[in-house]
Amino acid sequence: MATIAVWLKIDEERVVQALQEAGEKLDSVEGEVALDFSSVRRIDPSAIRALEEFASIADDKGVKVVLRGVNVGVYRVLKLVKLASRFSFVN
Amino acid sequence: MTTSEVAPERVQIPLPAESLSEERIRYLEGLVSQARTAAAVFTQYTQEDVDRIVKAMVLAGLEQAQHLARLAVEETKLGVMEDKVLKNMCATEFTYNYIKDKRTVGIIREFPERNLVEVADPIGVIFSLTPITNPTSTVLFKCIMAIKTRNAVIFSPHPNAWRCCSEAVKIMYESALKHGAPEGVFSCLESHTLQDNAYLMRHKDVGLIDATGGPGAVKAAYSSGKPALGVGPGNTPVYLEKTADVSTAVVDIIVSKTFDNGTICASEQTVVIDDEIYDVVLKKFAELGTHICNEKETELLARTVIDPKTGCMQPMAVGQKATDIARLIGLSVKPGTKLLIAPIQGVGREYPLSVEKLFPVLAVYRAKSVDEALKVCIDVNHAGGLGHTAVVFSRNDEVIRKFGEVMNAGRIIVNSPGSIGALGAVYNDLVPTFSFGCGTGGGNSTTDNVNIYHYLNIKRVARRTQAHMWFRVPNQIYFNLNAVENVRQFLSRSTIIVTNPSMEQIGHVDLVRRNIPEGTRVHVSVIPDAEPEVKVIMQGVEALNFYKADQIIALGGGSVIDAAKIMKLKYESPEADLEELAAPFLDLRKRVIQYPIEKVNRVRLIAISTTSGTGSEVTPFAVLTDKERGRKVTLADYSLTPDVAIVDPQFVMSMPKGLTADTGIDCLTHALEAAVSTYASSYTDCNAMQAIRMAFKYLPIAYEHPRDEEARCMMHNAACIAAMAFANASVGVNHALAHAFGAHFGVAHGRANALMLPHVIAYNAAVPTKFVPSPYQKGYIAHKKYATVADLLGLGGHTIEEKVRNLVVATEQLLDQLGFPRSIADLGISKEEFERAMPELTKLAFDDPSWRSNPRMPLMSELADLFWKAYGGRGLAKAASAFQQQNA
Repeated sequence: MATIAVWLKIDEERVVQALQEAGEKLDSVEGEVALDFSSVRRIDPSAIRALEEFASIADDKGVKVVLRGVNVGVYRVLKLVKLASRFSFVN
Repeated sequence: MTTSEVAPERVQIPLPAESLSEERIRYLEGLVSQARTAAAVFTQYTQEDVDRIVKAMVLAGLEQAQHLARLAVEETKLGVMEDKVLKNMCATEFTYNYIKDKRTVGIIREFPERNLVEVADPIGVIFSLTPITNPTSTVLFKCIMAIKTRNAVIFSPHPNAWRCCSEAVKIMYESALKHGAPEGVFSCLESHTLQDNAYLMRHKDVGLIDATGGPGAVKAAYSSGKPALGVGPGNTPVYLEKTADVSTAVVDIIVSKTFDNGTICASEQTVVIDDEIYDVVLKKFAELGTHICNEKETELLARTVIDPKTGCMQPMAVGQKATDIARLIGLSVKPGTKLLIAPIQGVGREYPLSVEKLFPVLAVYRAKSVDEALKVCIDVNHAGGLGHTAVVFSRNDEVIRKFGEVMNAGRIIVNSPGSIGALGAVYNDLVPTFSFGCGTGGGNSTTDNVNIYHYLNIKRVARRTQAHMWFRVPNQIYFNLNAVENVRQFLSRSTIIVTNPSMEQIGHVDLVRRNIPEGTRVHVSVIPDAEPEVKVIMQGVEALNFYKADQIIALGGGSVIDAAKIMKLKYESPEADLEELAAPFLDLRKRVIQYPIEKVNRVRLIAISTTSGTGSEVTPFAVLTDKERGRKVTLADYSLTPDVAIVDPQFVMSMPKGLTADTGIDCLTHALEAAVSTYASSYTDCNAMQAIRMAFKYLPIAYEHPRDEEARCMMHNAACIAAMAFANASVGVNHALAHAFGAHFGVAHGRANALMLPHVIAYNAAVPTKFVPSPYQKGYIAHKKYATVADLLGLGGHTIEEKVRNLVVATEQLLDQLGFPRSIADLGISKEEFERAMPELTKLAFDDPSWRSNPRMPLMSELADLFWKAYGGRGLAKAASAFQQQNA
């Protein structure tokens, strides 16, 4: 069973900042980080870029990223931009 | 928009990445990545979101229409600024008017009656080429379409129209972004090359290429291997027919051909004028400011504005004013001349002006007849304009119809200007566009005016429909002892009794005759006691005609009733082709060959059955023998169903034991097969189940005690009730096997059925190797149906498997009681003989349509297996253990 070291709730109004902040915390994380997307109805290109960057940092640090509560529309966007494979998803 | 500026054969499609620098590839990849992200984000938008953005973009485009038109003329040096303003306004306002209420997000259309819903999905990234001739209007149009459909677009404008196009993209992008469109939804290639285009056309993340440009660009798009919308070149022929309103036609042609100096590829190129009005038309043209060239001037034009080497128009003339062209080539014309008109005598390379001319030069041809005019229009159409546009001016509907038929053009414009007419929504109800699909004639994938629906993947969500079913039987069925007395109520002037010799001998014919109302002329047509032949049928039809019969009474077994059904068919519809009507079909309601509806005569068919098995008195089937071809022909149609059925047991009291058993098992097989048929319904189930119950109870009694009135009556009714079930649910593999075996070895039908029956029950109750597609049923239920039968018969058992096994055993016991041979071997057929016959038997059985409604699709190997089981299948244990084995 993996240990969830960081659990962050992502606010739709400030997805980019939240991801940047989460990225800064990755240094202190071991194993897994969970981002709660349950309140995010839509994402925009800047959020996608931020997610891409976050995934790269997490990859470098060997941290697994779990996205929680991603709605179907956002999940489809992540599939279309080929980002979905870089995350794990839980409902 | 497409022009013939570049001949297709001159275009080279460069290899995508090999000739591009790494930096250039990074730049192109960046554009695609940005567009892909925007398109992905766009999938989250609602209809309201996109409609809001579209409206804002349209208003921005309208506001900038003049600015963009001025830029376009300055940069391209083509066309007329004022006309380009109109084009920009059409591209925005008219497009908006067409799309504003159309749904392009989520469910876009619903067909509740068909359980069908259409759902729109964006394409993603579109790579779009735009032309020099209509640069900004095309960009505006495509941007609006893209946003309406939630797509991202990378634009590649014609190099000589890059500034104005990139400005148009910028205006659209800024407006879209301001109103919520995703960042990166539009981009415009900076100073591109053909290599850039080739790279993007083949990029894996580009979903569609929309190539509105010269033939080279279109060819490159179609050669890329990507889905593409390419449009073909035009060469619009115009037929000015003698009944046309000449004044309107001439003005329309001038309006169209001079619009933006003729740069719209749908504009008129050669006008073919009827001889009778030729002089009047030319005079009218001259009056309205056109210059009619004489022979020398025509020759000068042909030599200068058309490239003699390629046969294509010279770029220097494209989009220029008539007066400028005249000045360039040294032709003297009046100031303000709008159009140069050049009479030509033919079409083709020898007549250079017969090709596409995207400038105000118009060829005219004098035609001596409609026929000649149409042929010349076809020649023009085929001289570079296939699939594009054709125009006709006429008041003669027949001429317009003919013109529409013979022109290979996506748009046939009638009594209106070609170029503006083809753009749609101004002079007609065509969909507004700036991209003309030219169909396969123009090497394109569509003949449509390209529109929003070409920018969508339209998905169809098809829910399972409730299959329409039916239950059709004669509208009057009289049954029980003395039911024949009901014949009295049917008035007739002339009745023919169709029967066979034995019925006369045993007095059945007289019994019927006694019940026919007085005053009826009655004639008896005796036919042989065998499956009817065509010759016999036709003799019967002759008798019907001779006696002008209005009623047929068929008295006999299945073959007599079948003969009467076909006689009725041929009497009522003499043109009916029996061979054709016997054509194979899968679904009765979708069959290719329809039975005749038109009837020359009308005749009532009363069927009185004298056996208790076939149930032909209530079925829509008839079998006849075609001796000439040595085969049986099965006819099936509900129009063959008798009008009245009489099920009177007094006609079967004298049936011999063997016939009682054979026909009784036929009845039971009908009912069991109908019960598990894939066409079974509640309507057929109640009949099938009741018939099974009656057959199990009364068949042994009727067999042992032939004079038992109740048993005879119940079995006679059971046969009719079972037939009502299979007339609507059909039969199954048991019949297919029995038909094949019976035909090959000359074994009676009921006996052949009996040999197969226990094995078929076990086979159908097992999980199929191959399921049969059946819209009429939910899931596989044959084993449950058999279990229900076992329950109805009170056979006991706790599980479905036990119940099915008990049914198999009960069937075996019944067959034993009736003294049937219990294996094919018992019939004296050697194993070697049977083995030799096996390929033919399995082929015949598989070709038999009876199994089409069987709950299990029989494989050839399974048919052979069933035959072998029947060959050696004596005894309950074997059938029961076969069932257990199959289930294991």
